[in-house]
Amino acid sequence: MHRTREIGTDYFHKVVDCQWACPAHTPVPEYIRLIADGRYADAYMINWKSNVFPGILGRTCDRPCEPACRRGRVEEEPVAICRLKRVAADLKSDVTDRLPPPAAAPNGKRIALVGCGPASLTVARDLAPMGYQLTIFDKDTKSAGMIRSQIPRFRLPEAVIDEEVGYIQALGGIEMRFGTPIDSLQALRGEGYDAIFVGSGAPRGRDLELPGRQEAAANIHIGIDWLSSVSFGHIETVGRRVIVLGGGNTAMDCCRTSRRLGGEDVKVIVRSGFEDMKASPWEKEDAMHEDIPILNFRVPKQFTHENGKLTGVLFEVVEAMFDDKGRRKLVPSGDPDEHYECDDVLVAVGQENAFPWIEKDIGLEFDDGAMPKVDAVTFQSTVPNIFFGGDAAFGPKNIIWAVAQGHDAAVSIHKFCQGQDVAVRPPPGATLVSQKMGIHEWSYDNDVSNDHRYRVPLRDKQAALKDVRLEVELGYDLQQALAEAQRCLNCDIQTVFADKLCIECDACVDICPMDCITFTDDAPDNAQGEGDLRGRLKAPAGNLTQDLYVSGRLTTGRVMAKDEDVCLHCGLCAERCPTGAWDMQKFYLEMTYAGADA
Amino acid sequence: MTYILKPQLHHPKLPTNSLGFTRRDYEGSVSTLCAGCGHDSISAAIIQACFELELPPHRVAKLSGIGCSSKTPDYFLGNSHGFNTVHGRMPSVLTGANLANRDLIYLGVSGDGDSASIGLGQFAHAIRRGVNMLYIVENNGVYGLTKGQFSATSDRGSKSKKGVINHDTGIDMVGLALQMGATFVARSFSGDKDQLVPLIKAGLAHKGAAFIDCISPCVQFNNHNGSTKSFDYVREHNEAVNRLDVIMPRDPIQVDYKSGESIRVQQHDGSILSLHKIAELYNPNNRAQALGYLQARQARGQIVTGLLFVDPSAGDLHDAVGTVDAPLNALNEAELVPGAAALDRINASLR
Repeated sequence: MHRTREIGTDYFHKVVDCQWACPAHTPVPEYIRLIADGRYADAYMINWKSNVFPGILGRTCDRPCEPACRRGRVEEEPVAICRLKRVAADLKSDVTDRLPPPAAAPNGKRIALVGCGPASLTVARDLAPMGYQLTIFDKDTKSAGMIRSQIPRFRLPEAVIDEEVGYIQALGGIEMRFGTPIDSLQALRGEGYDAIFVGSGAPRGRDLELPGRQEAAANIHIGIDWLSSVSFGHIETVGRRVIVLGGGNTAMDCCRTSRRLGGEDVKVIVRSGFEDMKASPWEKEDAMHEDIPILNFRVPKQFTHENGKLTGVLFEVVEAMFDDKGRRKLVPSGDPDEHYECDDVLVAVGQENAFPWIEKDIGLEFDDGAMPKVDAVTFQSTVPNIFFGGDAAFGPKNIIWAVAQGHDAAVSIHKFCQGQDVAVRPPPGATLVSQKMGIHEWSYDNDVSNDHRYRVPLRDKQAALKDVRLEVELGYDLQQALAEAQRCLNCDIQTVFADKLCIECDACVDICPMDCITFTDDAPDNAQGEGDLRGRLKAPAGNLTQDLYVSGRLTTGRVMAKDEDVCLHCGLCAERCPTGAWDMQKFYLEMTYAGADA
Repeated sequence: MTYILKPQLHHPKLPTNSLGFTRRDYEGSVSTLCAGCGHDSISAAIIQACFELELPPHRVAKLSGIGCSSKTPDYFLGNSHGFNTVHGRMPSVLTGANLANRDLIYLGVSGDGDSASIGLGQFAHAIRRGVNMLYIVENNGVYGLTKGQFSATSDRGSKSKKGVINHDTGIDMVGLALQMGATFVARSFSGDKDQLVPLIKAGLAHKGAAFIDCISPCVQFNNHNGSTKSFDYVREHNEAVNRLDVIMPRDPIQVDYKSGESIRVQQHDGSILSLHKIAELYNPNNRAQALGYLQARQARGQIVTGLLFVDPSAGDLHDAVGTVDAPLNALNEAELVPGAAALDRINASLR
């Protein structure tokens, strides 16, 4: 086998599953340790640098880190990474003096940003300290785009949004023009900006063109528009009986909002099976906790109405069939159609991009699906000084993706404005440092907690359902937060092996609680060799998404092969090693942001 | 030595045996020996062997004397019976326990100081009486607890960590066990679990006095150039005579080797020892040949390992003494106090 140590920093980065899975590659274990240490502001700033909106994301993130978390593979549930992020935001002291100072003088470059959502705000955050003059345009009357308009206040209080957008505004050089929709890209180009960033999101909610749609239009609402109207105070009530169509997170926000605006009989009715719904499992759980049933395998056929007023929705009952290729198809089950009565329908069946304001003749190319052609690495469009990011670039995703893309676009915009090649990307910064403090003493707490995941306390249901602006999740209290933080396995503290020091005494093999380590005969350096090696480890390494750590040949001709899959990073291999062949070393990886590689 | 306990979490696919136990259930408390100690590897091998034999932990009694090796029973089989005796007296205590309760499985764990110096006589007599037990000497050839003096098994001419040459003849525990009549004799190496685990299984299944001399490098005081019990020296001079597979009565019998290359030996409990020959001429059923072979190889500086001698039809001390079949704690009052008629019969037989 190839010696693992000859592979670059990606190897160690992948071991930190949460950080690898995070689009913004936030150094998760490091900030969790800081929380455990009571250093909340330090934990916040690590997040702020990496994901810009710790307080917002700590309440709303889609948390790609948590399904990846190693803890979920060694016991039942992953570490509550997202809600620990909120802890850092909730408990931190004042951080204003830690923010980058405003640029001493403008650098003479002017950038226009279309849309004031997370992608544009991230670009602005990265570019402002370097003296760029940034102008952000938004059709709404307030900042933050979908963060403010689509996420209900009972999940995300307005004060948190204002605080975190405020940190960006405080960097200076940023002008926000609200109530200013851009209706011509050509006209915007004519204003002489050095670069334009389009972060206008996916603003159009999909409609359902079914019989009765027009006739009953007064009581049929597009989910994201309706949520936005609630957010801005234009809608304050809803009918007693509400049906929400759709199975994504927007549908969950719609039904829970309805419960707070007078909806007593609120149902979510979805085409697919419950398991296949797009909504995150915890959002479905939250909806059901608020007495909202989710009915699956029902395809809407018709909006029924009487005298121009909506009376309900008619559904065809279907079931899932799988063809030879395992693709799912919904076919009629043969059961009679079902009619559900209601006063209002909220349509949350997806959202899409819309660029009616981009002229077709200015050289900006679109693909067949009417999406702009955007480079997946540089986020540059076919017009060199126009960049895209967030939902506007590759369709609807989550805030954390918009942030990650904003960082990348900011790198490109800076390079473009400095006359550098945007295709040359700065590598991330990485360090690997021993954590040994004494004979059996490490700079991290290597004792593994046996606690199960702590539930985040909720506000009393009756009180929560009375006020659409009252935050329903209370967040961890200090004791819960510290206990949850202890569940983190410190996957960034890497087990690093030095072939030359090993005497093959087996001490590490014997002590490893997870049977990760094997000394065995070498295998050929190819896929077949790796498969063979994986099969004859002390515990066969069946998780192919997790790498093997393979040493060079040792004195007996064997190699050390470690399966990273379920390593607890407890450091016992290193404590038991008589020669220091094993060492626990902290791998810290930080992305390189705009201007930092100069 | 570690400061934290071994985490309770284990591999999600860790197998269980027919009793529902995982290997981890046969562990004891965390070892306080030096990092890298060979004794810890032997403990791990004992844990693995007991797991594979599917022994109910409460049916095992582990006894030891004094020394680094004799501390180890605390680090395996945490749910078994244990007795830490005075220095060198483990064989007597084990003999007594065995006579009182013949239903338990006896595992004696000792070291070269405990068995070859202060307990040499005890060792010899427990072996020659054929006490049904597995006696493991964790042999590191050094007094580790007292900072590295030569022990009675240190080879003549080997060098201490300080550079002193040993001028005394080393005691060969295997040779001694063969001469004292042990009916199962093996030697192995803590750094070779593939060899050691089957030997422990076979030894535990053996009826009679089973003995394993396990060379176990002392990482702190006897793992240097000039030592004959270091990892490097033992690996370079190790001459295995055979490889052992233990097939329990419940296991499907597989023929691994061509005929002529392996010997099959059935033990009392039905277990089959399948011995794959490595040294062509070595015959593990002949005590006299075994002794000769060992001495010839030793003269060449080789360390012979493997199953060196086995007598599958051996009896034990209970057979020789004619003791009652039940353990003493299971005898009831009627059996213990048989009455005047029985006494009269005994008295009559002696007149």
